Amino acid sequence: MKYIDDVQVQKRMSSRVTKNNVLKNLFLAATLFGLVVLAILLIRVISQGAAWIDWNFLTGRLSTNADRAGIMGAILGTSWLMLIVIPVTIFIGVGTAIYLELYAKKGKFQSFVATNISNLAGVPSIVYGLLGLTIFVRAMDFGNAIIAGGLTLSLLVLPIVIVAAQEAIRAVPQHLSEASYGMGATKWQTVKGIILPAAIPGILTGSILALSRAIGETAPLTVLGIPALLIPFPGNIFDTFTALPMQIYYWTLDSSLVQEYAYLAAATIIVLLVLLFLLNSIAIIIRNKFQQRY
Amino acid sequence: MLSSCCDFYTLKGVLHKMATNSDLNKKNAVNVRDMIAEKKKKRNFSNVTEKMIPTILIIIASISILTTVGIIYTLLAESIEFFKIVPIWEFFTGTVLKPLSQNPEFGILPLITGTVISSIIAMLVAGPIGLMSAIYLSEYASDKVRRTIKPLLEILAGIPTIVYGFFAFTFVTPVIRSIFPAVEATNILSPGIVMGVMIIPMIASLSEDAMTAVPNSMREGALALGATKLETTFRVVIPAALSGIISSFVLGISRAIGETMIVTIASGSSKNFTFDITQSMQTMTAYIVEVSGGDAPAGSTIYYSLYAVALTLFVFTLIMNLLARYVSRKFREEY
Repeated sequence: MKYIDDVQVQKRMSSRVTKNNVLKNLFLAATLFGLVVLAILLIRVISQGAAWIDWNFLTGRLSTNADRAGIMGAILGTSWLMLIVIPVTIFIGVGTAIYLELYAKKGKFQSFVATNISNLAGVPSIVYGLLGLTIFVRAMDFGNAIIAGGLTLSLLVLPIVIVAAQEAIRAVPQHLSEASYGMGATKWQTVKGIILPAAIPGILTGSILALSRAIGETAPLTVLGIPALLIPFPGNIFDTFTALPMQIYYWTLDSSLVQEYAYLAAATIIVLLVLLFLLNSIAIIIRNKFQQRY
Repeated sequence: MLSSCCDFYTLKGVLHKMATNSDLNKKNAVNVRDMIAEKKKKRNFSNVTEKMIPTILIIIASISILTTVGIIYTLLAESIEFFKIVPIWEFFTGTVLKPLSQNPEFGILPLITGTVISSIIAMLVAGPIGLMSAIYLSEYASDKVRRTIKPLLEILAGIPTIVYGFFAFTFVTPVIRSIFPAVEATNILSPGIVMGVMIIPMIASLSEDAMTAVPNSMREGALALGATKLETTFRVVIPAALSGIISSFVLGISRAIGETMIVTIASGSSKNFTFDITQSMQTMTAYIVEVSGGDAPAGSTIYYSLYAVALTLFVFTLIMNLLARYVSRKFREEY
């Protein structure tokens, strides 16, 4: 008795192989689709905006006259935001991660906090904007100041920092902390002297990635009512401000009225993307330099 | 005599030495006691730190819980005020949204159709392309190709949404309009497509993770039976990774629902109840931006409507996120 009909198999074989090859190319094309769009986007932005970037644009004040408009105010605003987001998220993020990984008893509270964090990561950014509007702008009466924007963005990216710090702490080998306990160190001494220094590269990488997410966010800032008026440069955290993404937003909206605004928006996008690129490069350098030291 | 004298002096010297020694000893004894006391004090201090640290850490960790409580409380409290003015039934079944007119009407259905339609368009783009990218990266691509393409896809995922909004408004919409002139300058189609592009990397990378987790022995089994790579992928790998793939799709939908800037910029602010994708439609997120940006006075109905819409949005995305987690846990195939 014959189990396999050779003729039949031979007949079908070529069509099966062709199908495989055709679809393989289709899958490749789909993969390249995203990259092609990325290329078009970058080429488009650079071709529109590159010519507008000069010293006056980077250091100038905002102006309704497209030729004289500058983004110094937005650059300063974004820098101020970073000055708030970095310490706040690292302090709260690392503290929470230490608690969850090293101190919390495996129990209901710990799993509740962990579930809560993963749920927070899925909340749309605009909802954080409303939270910031209600609590920081109105209830605490900061108005649309840098501190309100910075705290809102900090809450928004906090889950990213917590998860990154948790992973970094988990990656510290057990024998390091055991050696520390063996020498008679207490728990906090071990955390402070052994675990945290070993986890710092991972924590920094995660924080920088979170920071680059924060400074690209626009939606929460629009809800806080960040203006694009001709305001003076911010001097402290209680001043009103504008930020790079807000500037892009307003210029894009008005580009149907004044064509040049589209170019200004593109130029601002280049500045923002360069900033994000620098941040990500730093993160990658840290990651590569300190990878697998133990 | 001499010797005794000398002895006497030696004795005196020895005695003197002893005296100084015992003085020294006394000094030392005091020192040790001091040191012990000091050590104890220090240990007490470090004991105090040791005991304080967990409490401090719990306080820090509860900030994330406070955030959740804050979100839910503000959304609920202000929404309840809103539903005192506009009945909840009217809000969820109303097809007319005119917040700024003399006789304002608050029906959320136009916003929900806008949100759902833009998400469907986005998923029609991101679903197939993301899944196909995942198949290519996990089943076909060589290690080298994978290592080049994945970081590039990550760049795509890291671009701020405002940049995609700019791209949709100043590039994709004009391109669509040059092909189909009937499309309006602000429409839901173009932001939907761009949103899809934005979500591709997310679906691709999550699905790829799920597919890479399928053990190689299963692939090898299928290949040894004479199946082609394609047949292996569709009959073995995808069924085994299905829970991960579905949950990546659900997370993609959740992301599309919550996306704000692309639709705000490229889809305009028309609140018509329509299913025509060539027209401007407003999503829930875009409504929040428009109303809050217009400086709605606190305490007005339109101000409260902000929170009712945000609450609906929050519930939508929360359900999606819980669903994604449920699917990936419940239907995970363990090997």
